[in-house]
Amino acid sequence: MEAHIQVRNLNAYYGKTQALKNINIEIPRRQITVIMGPSGCGKTTLLKTFNRFLELNDGASVTGEVLVDEQDIYAKDVDVTEVRKRVGLLAQRPAPLPMSIYENVAYGLHIHQMRKGKLEYKEAVKHYLEVAGLWDEVKKRLHEPATGLSIGQQQRLCLARGLAIEPEIILGDEPTSALDPISSQHIEKKLLELKSQYTTVVVTHTLRQAKRLADYAIFMYLGEVVEAGPAHAIFTNPQQERTRAYLEGLF
Amino acid sequence: MKRRWTRRRITEDLMKAWMLSSFVIVAGCLGLILWTVVSRGLPALTWEMVSQTPKGGFYMGKEGGVLNAIIGSLYLASGGTFLALLISLPIALYLKTYLGKSNWGHYVRLSLDVLWGIPSIVYGAFGFILMLALGLRASLLAGIVVLGLIELPIMVRAMDEVIRRMPADLEHAALALGSTRLEVALNVVSRQMLPGIITAVLLAFGRGIGDAASVLFTAGYTDRIPTSLMQPTASLPLAVFFQLSTPYPAVQQRGYASAVILTIIVLLISLGSRWISARLNKYTIK
Repeated sequence: MEAHIQVRNLNAYYGKTQALKNINIEIPRRQITVIMGPSGCGKTTLLKTFNRFLELNDGASVTGEVLVDEQDIYAKDVDVTEVRKRVGLLAQRPAPLPMSIYENVAYGLHIHQMRKGKLEYKEAVKHYLEVAGLWDEVKKRLHEPATGLSIGQQQRLCLARGLAIEPEIILGDEPTSALDPISSQHIEKKLLELKSQYTTVVVTHTLRQAKRLADYAIFMYLGEVVEAGPAHAIFTNPQQERTRAYLEGLF
Repeated sequence: MKRRWTRRRITEDLMKAWMLSSFVIVAGCLGLILWTVVSRGLPALTWEMVSQTPKGGFYMGKEGGVLNAIIGSLYLASGGTFLALLISLPIALYLKTYLGKSNWGHYVRLSLDVLWGIPSIVYGAFGFILMLALGLRASLLAGIVVLGLIELPIMVRAMDEVIRRMPADLEHAALALGSTRLEVALNVVSRQMLPGIITAVLLAFGRGIGDAASVLFTAGYTDRIPTSLMQPTASLPLAVFFQLSTPYPAVQQRGYASAVILTIIVLLISLGSRWISARLNKYTIK
């Protein structure tokens, strides 16, 4: 497997509490990697180090390296906006921007100056709404507020908005946990469709979802990576006792 | 399950009575003020009052109106509010975007709170000294500058309170797309908070247009409508003051009428900005 993200000796702290302990993992390119583990095990914290979101928490700090295509995103001369352009995030709850549906998708294109002229914008917005499977539902109401959409539609809008800036990596922080079952299915289906083009990392606390999505799986417990490997191997034949216990639903 | 006079119930009833009486006192005062002003002013509120400047002998009960003060007050308050807005919005956004909960943010907020509490006559005196130092006369410009200073802390603090209530999710969503902090402030925070920002502007405008003490020294008073920034100008609060302090009942009545005009202007501007903010409200996230 070819690694897209390499994590080396990564430690993360909230104030004095250590949330991640010496993490060393590799995330394969153009596959879905699922990070699982019980609440408070540090899975979301690990995900947040991939787009440098952890530093938005007051008092959070990181040591070690996160390499995207062999380049350390924590190096001093790195532009954090460039990192976040390359590494998109699908949050737990959809957070549409206070704009119309159209502007929500066009926003990223606009700030990164990725298109020129109205026509190019229109085409791009249409394209990414189609990719996210939302176009048919919103094509007649593009200029209405994004808040008028259902929460499932909002999450697909957030997906379209994130894809529009052409990231290489998609992070999903429990992206279906706020959604109803049908909307969750929509999002899962999209992630599976898109995995041939994007490196995807999804945090989930539902084991069944992990099994449906994962090509590669990482199990975390108390801030440490207990086991990581191809999903099939982890789910059928875990090497560690703690992984086995988790998969059997003991905690 | 019968209701009994327990301690908890008595406490609740007492608190409710306290809240209700506070409301009655406030509403009663407002009603009384409006009644006093309107009942005494309405008979003198003629078309002549709002369409003409004072003629000779106006302050002894002869012909004319207070158009000079109406226009003067609108100029002063709009100018002051515009000036304050130019400075306040960047301060409020800077406080939120770059200072946050830091010590510096704390000191800036503290000094703004102190500025808010300073009586306007002190601003007037300060403006007067400044004018003398610069060799200026009492003028529309000086009045605008001083009103701008008075409105500044009110506007910044009101905006700050609104902007601090911005949902963190929204900010994170914009940051996750690779926005800089400035882009978040300009494209997302100010859009989401627009209705609140308009309320802050309105609050400041209300204080500006109603203030008499600060413009007394700095804008002066004249019977003419100013045609340049360097000319002195009349204002409604001073028009009320001068007319009420004459011994003639007819002129005093016109003073009350001027107060009615001032109240109506504030009311119209409140309603207008509410209407605007309701229309701009369409895209905000609730």
